[in-house]
Amino acid sequence: MLLAEQALNGLQYGMMLFLMAAGLTLVFGVMGLINLAHGSLYMTGAFACAAVAAATGSFWLGLGASLAAAAAAGALVEIAVIRRLYARDHLDQVLATFALILVFSEGMRWLFGSFPLYLKLPPALSGAVVLPGGLHYPLFRLVIIGFGAAVALGLWWLITRTRLGIRIRAGEADREMIGALGVDIARLYTIVFALGAALAGLAGALVGTIQSVQVGMGEPVLILAFVVVVIGGIGSIKGAFVGALLVGMTDTLGKALLPGLFARVWDASSANTVGASLASVLIYVLMAVVLILRPQGLFGARG
Amino acid sequence: MNPKSLLIAGTASLALAAAAQAEGVKVGMITTLSGGGAGLGVDTRDGFLLALKNAGEAGQAVELVIEDDQQKPDVAVQIADKMIQSDKVDVLTGIVWSNLAMAVVPAAVAQDKFYLSTNAAPSQLAGAGCNPKYFSVSYQNDNLHEAAGAHATEAGIGKVFIMAPNYPAGQDSLAGFKRYYKGEVVGEIYTQVGQTDYAGEIAQIRASDADAVFFFLPGGMGIAFMKQYAESGVGKPVIGPAFSFSQDILPAVGDAALGVRNTAQWSKDLKNDANAAFVETFQAEYGRLPSLYAAQAYDTANLLLSAIAKAEVGDADAFRAALAEADFPSVRGKFRFGPNQHPIQDYYVREVVKEGDVLTNRIVGPALADHGDAYAEQCGM
Repeated sequence: MLLAEQALNGLQYGMMLFLMAAGLTLVFGVMGLINLAHGSLYMTGAFACAAVAAATGSFWLGLGASLAAAAAAGALVEIAVIRRLYARDHLDQVLATFALILVFSEGMRWLFGSFPLYLKLPPALSGAVVLPGGLHYPLFRLVIIGFGAAVALGLWWLITRTRLGIRIRAGEADREMIGALGVDIARLYTIVFALGAALAGLAGALVGTIQSVQVGMGEPVLILAFVVVVIGGIGSIKGAFVGALLVGMTDTLGKALLPGLFARVWDASSANTVGASLASVLIYVLMAVVLILRPQGLFGARG
Repeated sequence: MNPKSLLIAGTASLALAAAAQAEGVKVGMITTLSGGGAGLGVDTRDGFLLALKNAGEAGQAVELVIEDDQQKPDVAVQIADKMIQSDKVDVLTGIVWSNLAMAVVPAAVAQDKFYLSTNAAPSQLAGAGCNPKYFSVSYQNDNLHEAAGAHATEAGIGKVFIMAPNYPAGQDSLAGFKRYYKGEVVGEIYTQVGQTDYAGEIAQIRASDADAVFFFLPGGMGIAFMKQYAESGVGKPVIGPAFSFSQDILPAVGDAALGVRNTAQWSKDLKNDANAAFVETFQAEYGRLPSLYAAQAYDTANLLLSAIAKAEVGDADAFRAALAEADFPSVRGKFRFGPNQHPIQDYYVREVVKEGDVLTNRIVGPALADHGDAYAEQCGM
């Protein structure tokens, strides 16, 4: 029963990571851009959701606002800053997008103050439900799993079945060629960047609801999202999905099982400390193993 | 204070150097004003400034330099060096986090500067590492957790599940709780620092046969845990130190915190004149309720002013003696220093309640009276 609950937790965590990593891997793959400010867009979504939900009393309006605000912020940033970085090397991109993190963080503090905001669940989604087998599980975490699955399906449809998807894939394969064929690359890039930003904003709003909405909330998630992208393979949505679930499961089950496992060998307190420490590096071990066996990532196209 | 008035104050103090008049004291405040922990630093700064303002004429004896440490030890060390070497401060204060305090305090007191702690008070600086120039005005790190342990024992909680982040203050926390808890600890988890998802830990709490949960998760970690715990429907009562239910984060936790018992040495409804004046003027000045951090900084500033009234900061021994007397109206009521210059004070059990639409704490009873700390004996001062 405990194991089933932990597996669900891992699944939910993975879905949340997928929402973050999907946008990151799109931008990374299509534009060849390392965007450290992706976590800031996640934060933008969470703040927009909290502000609109507090003003209107409706969580759903807040969720819509998070998508709109993050997409708008993404498009704006792409046009104003990111556009100038495509031709430059990764170091310049890292520096410029790191500066964006600082601008976003202080901007949010300027707008909303230094104290964490409150974001409440709608009553219909709060509380726990009883799953088959008698397991009590928070309803909202199931909703997050649902959102993640829906976004995964939607992206799959977008990439494989639509004209925009064809252009995105073409842009990934050969940037110069699709430009030569008459596709407006500048517009395509803005759209892809805004799409990635919207997904990050959605993740921020969903996660902000069960965690806290505060300045700096995006950076810890960003690191994990990069781990997911590297494991899954740069530019691959499928890779991001599988990678996110792997990371989510490894992290959750590692934290749940390792201390217990060590407790069979050592006394409880040192088993706890060692288990907790080892569990927190487990996903990086996973990343290292994947990189040794498949340097391009699980589903990466480029070596 | 703007640069111009600083300059005027500087010139004036030069001109008056020969006179026997009491000179101003230069104070360097290093605190967290940006990033996720900024709420704590902002309250520290505002509480300190309010005390200077409320003191009127006497408050102008303090010349304050404030800098943001970004919650990073290396930044805090750089600021401290700059304040000591180029600003020539006499007193340092304001650090919120223990790891930053450990990086700054030993070096600062070694350079003959006073350090008055508004919050962080790691065990290393209370025991063998105590120093005549270091005063903790807040507490010793273990204290609030010890009070929680005493409360859990008092409340007849037989089995408890305990949890803290895996860093020195977290380990001190669980050690402090266990020092005063007489029941059985059925589960003990160290979480990652900065962790925001507690689904795994909550599953373990659900599976355990604990009667209650004790946790120490400061800042955003506590907000996340409380919201998720309330959603999970586990329903075992929780207790904790005041950090997770302080005024700065209660609005973000929301109704999930209602009824939670937590322990502190201060609460806004504590009955004494100094506290009534503090709470009223803080609300008037800043338009929000003060947190524990604001109260501690307010006391620190008043302690400093009381010492300035009695001695010159240049006469280190006299100034230290004046500080040690703790002759100021504390918002906590009773307050005195123990032999290691950490507080001996009362600790209370508070409960989270709703006053109108605002979540806040009220005192429900005593936890520990005239309580010092476990490290005073190791201090060779």
